[in-house]
Order: sequence, then structure tokens, then C-alpha cells
Amino acid sequence: MSDIAERVKKIVIEHLGVEEAKVTETASFIDDLGADSLDTVELVMAFEEEFGIEIPDDAAEKILTVKDAIDFIQSKSA
Amino acid sequence: MFDLTGKTALVTGASGGIGAAIATALHAKGATVALHGTKVEALEKLAASLGDRAKVVPANLSDPAAVEQLAKEAEAALGQVDILVNNAGLTRDTLILRMKDEDWQTVIDVNLTAAFRLSRALVKGMMKRRFGRIIGITSVVGVTGNPGQVNYAASKAGLIGFSKALAQEVASRNITVNCVAPGMIQTAMTDVLTDAQKEAMSSRIPAGRLGSADDIAAGVVYLASDEAAYVTGQTLHINGGMAMI
Repeated sequence: MSDIAERVKKIVIEHLGVEEAKVTETASFIDDLGADSLDTVELVMAFEEEFGIEIPDDAAEKILTVKDAIDFIQSKSA
Repeated sequence: MFDLTGKTALVTGASGGIGAAIATALHAKGATVALHGTKVEALEKLAASLGDRAKVVPANLSDPAAVEQLAKEAEAALGQVDILVNNAGLTRDTLILRMKDEDWQTVIDVNLTAAFRLSRALVKGMMKRRFGRIIGITSVVGVTGNPGQVNYAASKAGLIGFSKALAQEVASRNITVNCVAPGMIQTAMTDVLTDAQKEAMSSRIPAGRLGSADDIAAGVVYLASDEAAYVTGQTLHINGGMAMI
């Protein structure tokens, strides 16, 4: 697993207070991990801070799963 | 009850009568306060009279960049902002037929837009810490209206709607957003009125007198306290009964 994936999962686990096993790449923040809309905004803010990137609103709207987040951040840091 | 020891508060418009009373009351309950205003000398004087736990953070609220900067300065001065009191406000009273765009815009910018910008900047930290109090000082005229004040009444009604919407957004993070709506309060603004004018005003107030800035500050202390944790999206009217709404 890449370093980015590790860091993304760590943020998700910490922020949503969910078990590590539940945070699979296909897990949906809202449907599988119990996030509400405010949680998703906070997650995006946390990703921005952790990776020193800016995630525009239209991109943030498409980040629905753990994999979406990893892919977006990888594309930004590549 | 209502102990604010260890809490930090930013009060805008703290050089005015109501703002100074609010800052003084929060400070007396143990909070560390950042005093915002435009009259630096008055702020320094107030800070000196409060002693420890008081900082001065001047800014022009009609300038968007200055508002962003104020949020940063307050966080730097206080470490973090737990309580935000959007008290700063001004009037440009005149009948609508005589009201210039500028009279409208200045009042909306300072009374409403600055509150939005400061709240947006400071709610971020509150969400992370899972605690916050945002208190808007609105006005009875925001609910009842008042001739000659279409701009002011709109800005104050706007603050009430803003607070209700924000209250719903952040309630799950233990952040409450409320308003205090003063009625006729004795300040520098009302001191210039004649006795006859004051009497005419008092006759419309069941309590038979103008309110004091301390009457308002007490409401703010309550809403800022842990005891008011379950109160959000509300407007506390402090007006001696002049409007029961």
C-alpha cells in the first residue's frame, strides 16, 4: 500500500472514529463509514492540510470513497 | 454557574458601549478577551482597565482582507477563539427615498458580511475542537422594523437568519450560534437625545426605562456559558418588554 493510501486511511480512521478494518478502499464515507455532510467537508479539509494541496469544491464533491480520495491526492502529488 | 475560566473570546466593536460591557462581563467570568474596534485608543484604555487576559486587535471590518487578517490575529493573540461575539455595527439612517447605495452597502458590509467572514474563518477551529459559541448582537428592529432604517433592519434580520442556518450546520459539533437582540439601550448613541425624546421612548417600554449595556452583556455571558449548551439558533430579546416576540 502506498504512503498516500496509509495517510488517507489514518485520517479517515481518526476523524470518523471507525475501525481500521472497515476502511477499505471501496468504502463510501457516507454509506459505509457513517459520515454526514459536515464530516465529508472536514475530511477534505484534513486532506488539504495533511498533503498541502487545495481540493476545489467540484473535485471535493466527487470524493465519495477512500479510493476517490487516494486517487485525487495521487494525481495532485504526481 | 456561567464560569468562563480558560475560555477565549473575540468581541468585535468593543470600543462601543455595548461591546465594552460584553468584553468586560466575559472577562469578569474568567475569559481571555480580544478587543476589536477601530478606535485603538479606546481599546487600549479598556484593555488596561481589564488588566491581564485582554488583547487589542483593531481592524476595519468593511475591508474583506482586514477581516480575514483579524481572524488570524485573534487566533494568534488568544491561541484559539472559543467564543465569537459579532457585536460591531453601525447605522446610516435615512428614509429609503434619500438612501444612497453607499449607505446601504456600508451597513450590510459591517453589520452582516463581516460577521459571516469572521464566523467562516473561526468556525473551522471550533469544529476541530468540538466546541464553540458564536453570538450575534442583532436588534429589536431586525424583527419589528423601524422607519429610516431599512439598511440597518435588513442587516440585523440578516444576522438572525444567518445564525439559524449556521446553528443547524454546526450543532453536531457542540457549537451553538445565537443572537441577542437589544431594544433601546442607553449608550453614546442615545445620550445625544433630549430628555423629551428619552421620555417618549421610555413610555413605549413596559419596564419604564432604557436598558443598560450590562443588561445586554448578561445575556451574552449566558449564551457563551456551558450552561447554555442546549440553546442554539435562538434570539434572546432584551428590551424591557417593548416588543414581545
